Amino acid sequence: MTSYIAKRLLVAIPTLLIVSVFVFLLQKLLPGDPILALAGEERDPATIEFLRAKYHLNDPIVWQYIYWFRDLLHGDLGISLRTNQPVTELIAEKLPVTIQLAVLAMIIAMGIGIPAGILAAVRKNSALDVAANLVALSGLSVPNFWLGIMLILLVSVNLGWLPASGYAPLFSDPVRALETMIMPAFVLSTPLAATLMRHTRSAMLGALKADYVRTARAKGLSPRVVVLEHGFRNALLPIVTLSALLFGDLLAGAVLTEQIFTIPGFGKLIVDAVFNRDYAVVQGVVLCTAVGFILMNLLADVLYVLLNPRMRAAL
Amino acid sequence: MTFRRLATCLLLSTALAGPALSADLRIGLLDDADVLDPAQSRTYVGRIVYAALCDKLVDISTDLQIVPQLATDWTWSDDARSLVMNLRQDARFHDGEPFNAEAVVYNIERMKTLPESRRKSELASVESVAATGPYQVTFKLGKPDVSLLAQLSDRAGMMVSPKAAAASGANFGAKPVCSGPYRFVERIQQDRIVLEKFAGHWDAAAYPLDRVTYLPIPDSTVRLANLRSGDLDMVERVSATDAASVAADASLKSETVIGLGYQALYVNVANGARADNPLGKDKRVRQAFSLAIDRDAINQVVYEGTQAAGNQPFPPESPWFDKTFPVPARDIEKAKALMAEAGVTSVDIQLQAANVPVTLQAMQVVQSMVAEAGFNVSLQATEFTTLLAAQSSGDFQISRSDWSGRLDPDGNIHQFITCKGGQNDVKYCNPKLDALLDEARTVTDPVARKAKYDAANAIMQDDLPIIYLGNQSYIYAFDKNVTGFKPYPDGLIRLRGMDKAE
Repeated sequence: MTSYIAKRLLVAIPTLLIVSVFVFLLQKLLPGDPILALAGEERDPATIEFLRAKYHLNDPIVWQYIYWFRDLLHGDLGISLRTNQPVTELIAEKLPVTIQLAVLAMIIAMGIGIPAGILAAVRKNSALDVAANLVALSGLSVPNFWLGIMLILLVSVNLGWLPASGYAPLFSDPVRALETMIMPAFVLSTPLAATLMRHTRSAMLGALKADYVRTARAKGLSPRVVVLEHGFRNALLPIVTLSALLFGDLLAGAVLTEQIFTIPGFGKLIVDAVFNRDYAVVQGVVLCTAVGFILMNLLADVLYVLLNPRMRAAL
Repeated sequence: MTFRRLATCLLLSTALAGPALSADLRIGLLDDADVLDPAQSRTYVGRIVYAALCDKLVDISTDLQIVPQLATDWTWSDDARSLVMNLRQDARFHDGEPFNAEAVVYNIERMKTLPESRRKSELASVESVAATGPYQVTFKLGKPDVSLLAQLSDRAGMMVSPKAAAASGANFGAKPVCSGPYRFVERIQQDRIVLEKFAGHWDAAAYPLDRVTYLPIPDSTVRLANLRSGDLDMVERVSATDAASVAADASLKSETVIGLGYQALYVNVANGARADNPLGKDKRVRQAFSLAIDRDAINQVVYEGTQAAGNQPFPPESPWFDKTFPVPARDIEKAKALMAEAGVTSVDIQLQAANVPVTLQAMQVVQSMVAEAGFNVSLQATEFTTLLAAQSSGDFQISRSDWSGRLDPDGNIHQFITCKGGQNDVKYCNPKLDALLDEARTVTDPVARKAKYDAANAIMQDDLPIIYLGNQSYIYAFDKNVTGFKPYPDGLIRLRGMDKAE
């Protein structure tokens, strides 16, 4: 197992290199000049010259990449053009926020999506199934920003139950953290819950048709045991893979949700960075996201093996 | 006994905590500030925070006069090349360091020499500054520059603690130490900036609030929702489309003030190949374009009447506004006549504008208005950073852009329209106009100075390389228990006298 994980991590290195080259080139293709955005309204020529030299923007693009890569090997992701903060510091500040939001959203999505999917599969074609499908379809179709604003108007402005936006760290102020996180996490979870519900339903339908389920039923096991321990246990594999991949998506930035609820997380960081052509920040965040994605993929594969004894022999 | 002690403790703690909580003002900002160092900062929202954090040598009044702050009085030499300032003797920095003439000298030199400084051009005329007494400084200028006072009323005049600045260098913004009525507590990027009352401030009694928190919330609907739910006490730059709903809400109050800036169409007259079109080459075609626009209708239809229609680099309320050129009414017949005189019947022209909904709506209105005079305008919605680059490199025919405005008239004209002006993106060049605007910098008498600007305005109104459309307003909304707020034309929130009743 350890050698498998090590091998996978080694393979990830070239992937990350390619990602970093791509992001670097794509950014340079964007029209617009970061220094004009940065020099301020006055666009003082002396300032512009100083900034260009400071951030090596006069050098050939290959050199710019090499400078960046050299610093990366020293664990330095560069300095934000906009705020003068080290990018590593910015990431360390924002990543926990987004992880907090993503974990909560994932819990909500699994809490809604998986039971709903099981129920819909067990009571296939019943009114319950139709209702669950309808809810899932709306969960997928309703735009996040609309749902977010509507929830703010209803829950915060009209009912006054929860703060409209903001953020508090989980460990220093858990009550406030939950209060501010629950709405955005719910908004973020709706498409995930819908996707999970649909996949759980189809995986369960497949499992429930299998021979071993018929055998279990014939043995006279209770429906609960048949569905959960025989059916669900086998349907679990694709759901786990999917959940891990969806979680990777969440880390890539819940851009709109963070913007609406003004949560100072990853999504907001990268959007602001792109608009300001804050190259170092975009580069650092994308790289970090890619690492997160690769790790989540690896986690999915490891869980797959752990959950499926048949796979262990293949290692 | 134990119970009584406990009760006393509780009572005491609520008594202590109560007022501190009640006097915490939470202000929603449109955007997050950049680095909090007056020497390096460039964003507008940053200035809103500085209004509480950093005192300046001079300030402005609501009617745009320059008034004392850290300097008590000042005198110009007759040739406008030397400025003597006397300083307040009871001011201190947040770290306890004294404020005096040496601190001023340190600050001005820091702004002029720090490699990262963005204040160099603002202080370019200052050749040297010297402490001519423990509480007196003298600025020596390389060339006459009466706009210096206006610069010192903004970031270039903000004094930071020399000790703290020397210790942190370019990193000063992480923990700014100034001398304003509120001092820095903490900042979380894109989340909040917290300041608390500085008891050692010379005017501390006039600041009842104990704490102020600035929260950047870019979405205007959400910003307003936060105000309505009570999570915020005040929001700045309410969008014009929300002004009516704020006015209708009994639990809210609002204030509007016309700012110092302008909205304009920059016409490429000589910046590269794209200037080669009838509008860029012939001033009569530009005059026709301008006359075909109904400026007041744009204000009423798009901005709900919250802005000011304008035709000059200053708002009509400004003392610098030239009354011989009032905001023109739409005159489509005259526009057509001018087109005929120029020998054109129809002009295809591209207009680039930032992809902000309200700006694009205004440009659609312009598009249909000028169509009647024979202009086929194609609108190009452009992301702001791209627009900026296109505008400065000459890749535009007409560019729609804002200027946030400066207190001194020079700051709204000179750099945009003089031959070597740093922001002369239209590449207009007229030595006569240059001479007038350069001379205006040297005249200390306001009446004589105004005459120079009026003469310059006459040329600009005729040539129209920049077609002014109007002047932005600042709209604030706040909870009705917030008292004492006075709007200033620079849009900053000055906390003096502001309080929050429970």
